[in-house]
Amino acid sequence: MAEPLLSVENLVTHIFTDHGVVKAVDGVSLTIAPGEAVALVGESGSGKSMTAQSLMRLPRPPARILSGSVRFEGRDLLTLSEREMRAIRGGRMGMIFQDPSTYLNPLMRVGDQIAEAVMLHRKMRRAAARAEALEAMRLVRIPAPETVMDYYPHQLSGGMRQRILIAMVVTSRPSLMIADEPTTALDVTVQAQIMRLLAGLRTELGSALLLITHDLGLVAEFCDRVYVMYGGRIVETGTAEDIFYAPRHPYTRALMRSTLGPERRVERFEAIEGNPPNLARLPPGCSFNPRCPERLARCAHDAPPLFASASGVASRCWLAEGGSDERAA
Amino acid sequence: MRGLDISLYVVRRLAQAVPLIFVVILLNFFLIHAAPGDPIDFLVGSMDASPEYIEDLRREFGLDQPLGTQLWAYLTRMAHFDLGYSLRYRQSVLDLILSRMPATLLLMVTALVASSAVGILLGVIAAQRPYSATDQTSTFLALAGYSMPVFWLGQLVLIVFSLHLGWFPTQGMYSLRAPAEGWGRIVDVLHHLALPAFTYSLYHLALIFRLTRIKMQETLSLDFIVTARAKGASEGRVVYGHALRNAILPVVTVIGMNFGFMLAGSVLTETVFAWPGMGRLLYEAIQARDYPVLMGLFTVLSLMVIAANVVTDLIYAVIDPRVVYR
Repeated sequence: MAEPLLSVENLVTHIFTDHGVVKAVDGVSLTIAPGEAVALVGESGSGKSMTAQSLMRLPRPPARILSGSVRFEGRDLLTLSEREMRAIRGGRMGMIFQDPSTYLNPLMRVGDQIAEAVMLHRKMRRAAARAEALEAMRLVRIPAPETVMDYYPHQLSGGMRQRILIAMVVTSRPSLMIADEPTTALDVTVQAQIMRLLAGLRTELGSALLLITHDLGLVAEFCDRVYVMYGGRIVETGTAEDIFYAPRHPYTRALMRSTLGPERRVERFEAIEGNPPNLARLPPGCSFNPRCPERLARCAHDAPPLFASASGVASRCWLAEGGSDERAA
Repeated sequence: MRGLDISLYVVRRLAQAVPLIFVVILLNFFLIHAAPGDPIDFLVGSMDASPEYIEDLRREFGLDQPLGTQLWAYLTRMAHFDLGYSLRYRQSVLDLILSRMPATLLLMVTALVASSAVGILLGVIAAQRPYSATDQTSTFLALAGYSMPVFWLGQLVLIVFSLHLGWFPTQGMYSLRAPAEGWGRIVDVLHHLALPAFTYSLYHLALIFRLTRIKMQETLSLDFIVTARAKGASEGRVVYGHALRNAILPVVTVIGMNFGFMLAGSVLTETVFAWPGMGRLLYEAIQARDYPVLMGLFTVLSLMVIAANVVTDLIYAVIDPRVVYR
């Protein structure tokens, strides 16, 4: 692989609450090549969103980034000053959020919110910035942008609001777009439109995409590579194809079985037993072991490292030790 | 389109105030009639008046008529803005009240504007660093501020700043020796205004501070604040450009509501500082059982509160685009 666009090493972000330390991101490493579409998959509470926010250094007390490095376009973001970091946020790196109804300022016209994103990164008068905003609104295919520009968020549908958030991000032609569950809060029909829009923008702008989701259907359709996250750690990674056709980690397999696809019938749908782990009190050993159907004796006390296999899939599971793949059939 | 909506809303909101005003006037009338004591007793005082003379007086003021007739006469006069004639001041009640209104408005508006501005600013600063020393100190002071009764605080500041330190005058609105016009006059009035305005505004300041602080903290934890940070906005831009306007909405409502409480509070403050306004007039009128003045004051004060509420609603509608104009 050429020089990666983003390379994260051993990122640790903890949340210091009254009930203990929540290890939301506990030694995450991942890379994204320029223009690549990468998925970060996991249940709610697995630390995906906190990972995404940490890439932009957004976590605020009680959450804190403790260690690791985030190399982006040749610089370690964790060592930049706050001012330098502000230039990255919404500049080279843009973020799209889950619920567009709460992520827009309710008292500000949407056109002004987009124009603000422009003015924060380029010295520009308001009129010129609004022209840029209009351009971005056309890019995300908002009909009648001249009119919509002067609307307030509550006057728009969920899908339109999400387009506004995306428009905010594309004004700066970022090299990396992070989309944190961009379709979760939307209707199914709108979900497809938004995903197609994001995919189209990626080719149009040449940006890389980090898609954070629990929807494996989206991953299969839109992503090149996948990171599966569980209990604040990456438990498996590989190309989308490998992860779909030859998942090795029992958690990934369980995740697959719990997904409804066109070839799956409702009666074969299987939920994963138990609950996602409490990130403040992770079990000893492998954090998935209490829920794992293929648990070995050592899993309860020995935490497995990430085992790489010849095919490029890496799994944090004792069953994958030595690169052997005897269980896959 | 929104412009037209707003004008319709203004008209409708004003129309809604009309029945309210009518009810207030009725209420004032019955309140005064239910109160014990009779103005004639006060006029006559301890002098030995003959029953015939008292009857004459009662007839003169219409007090011998049945209640319905008195009410009708009262309403007719109100419709002509005739608030009656003060028995004590020997002056038209409307003129009397209007002559006292500027002093009260000066004191109130100064206190309301200054305390709201300072309260909001302190609240915003405290909210940015929750549980810091600044936050803890200002929260403690605010608690102290609104636990102190006005009459007590007023006398305390008088003793310290006027009697001991001699920095401020003890009473009234102007000194006799000061120039009667120009800058000298303005400085003199401001000098007299300082202590009563401070006393008057401390409670309000504490309230606005605490409300702004909590609302600001809430707003800063909302999702759209993350969006603002993610697009590269500075902390100042996030706080003042995004959070403040959202946090301020409920504060605006409370400031408007407090206008009414402050009018009520003007009785105490103006009495302590001998400020020649409507509050002091009310106090004097109660002492003198000056019914026409009391009724007039109640009516005018009620109108002012209703007007303040309408204005608050309109301001709210202007700053919150989500208000539905119904």
